[in-house]
Amino acid sequence: MSAHDLQHPFKRARGLGSAQSGAGHWWMQRVTAAALVVLALWFVILVLGLLHADYAQARAAVARPWNAVLLMAFLITAFWHAVLGLQVVIEDYVHTRWKEVSLLVAIKFLAALGALASVLAVLRIALGA
Amino acid sequence: MAEFTLPKNSKIQPGKHYPAKGAKKPRTFRVYRWSPDDEQNPRIDTYEVDLAACGPMVLDALLKIKNEIDPTLSLRRSCREGICGSCAMNIDGTNTLACTRAIEECGSGDVKIYPLPHMPVVKDLVPDLTHFYAQFASIKPWLRTQSAAPDRERLQSPEDRKKLDGLYECILCACCSTSCPSYWWNGDKYLGPAVLLQAYRWVVDSRDEDTGARLDDLEDPFKLYRCHTIMNCARTCPKGLNPAKAIAEIKKLMVERRSA
Repeated sequence: MSAHDLQHPFKRARGLGSAQSGAGHWWMQRVTAAALVVLALWFVILVLGLLHADYAQARAAVARPWNAVLLMAFLITAFWHAVLGLQVVIEDYVHTRWKEVSLLVAIKFLAALGALASVLAVLRIALGA
Repeated sequence: MAEFTLPKNSKIQPGKHYPAKGAKKPRTFRVYRWSPDDEQNPRIDTYEVDLAACGPMVLDALLKIKNEIDPTLSLRRSCREGICGSCAMNIDGTNTLACTRAIEECGSGDVKIYPLPHMPVVKDLVPDLTHFYAQFASIKPWLRTQSAAPDRERLQSPEDRKKLDGLYECILCACCSTSCPSYWWNGDKYLGPAVLLQAYRWVVDSRDEDTGARLDDLEDPFKLYRCHTIMNCARTCPKGLNPAKAIAEIKKLMVERRSA
């Protein structure tokens, strides 16, 4: 008989108790999704407008202040939303605790790096560097 | 990782065949069998039942098999009218109650009967629901109040009583929870649709005064937020309830009480 068998089922069901979090994650996933509906639509329109543009014209379009701001907003929101969604997938399916924690931390760093790099790219064009 | 294949000792083997000699209206039932006593893998036994001499429900056929063909078959049953929840099992690919599922309603071909999915099996069609019941107990499913006990019943307006419709009818048969992939993968921590519906039943009760503490206990990435509105729960519920909606209402209250 293992120690597990000696525990009352109630001990296992109650576990470590409530983490007192999760609502923030759930709400942010929906807020970023709503923002992405608008931003992604805008992004598609921007790209369609550049269909027959050459390199210089495309660069100039990205450099326009409103386009640069919205493009950065789109990129940050997309990475943010992606990391929230990936977190759910990892929590669902990765059941080895150290792998789960490593992956959860790794995706956060990768998303932050991706967002920073893409924002820098837009800034360089917008500021003419 | 979540396990997607069966371990070796769970692989199902072909089982025995019990033909119905001289049956007027034969129907074949393929039933999952496993015993903890004989070190054998699970198997599917095939029973031919004469529906001309059998009641209309799947439970009638199972009891006829147990009484007249093979007394070693184990299953739970009690009320035979869909109110006790004992005979919940997977019939024709769907979790439901054997007593309220008509044999006629099962698709053409053999009627396949398995225990509730992804639960430890005690024997044959009897799943081990210990953890499920412990999870139910963990939400403290009774009226919790702070105010002094009144001299009479705690009253409730007809409108407030109406809020319990679609919730109080739950018989805790576990059909919904055991149909939920999130409960399959994370059932150790995720409370599952049945227990969350029961939790909401007390959250929304106008007489209960511990609403905040109930929500505190539920606010957890695993206890509550493993629900991804897959909706198997609502589709399979033999009482026609919608646990997914109850869970969505809990999530709305979680947002309701915090700053946006």
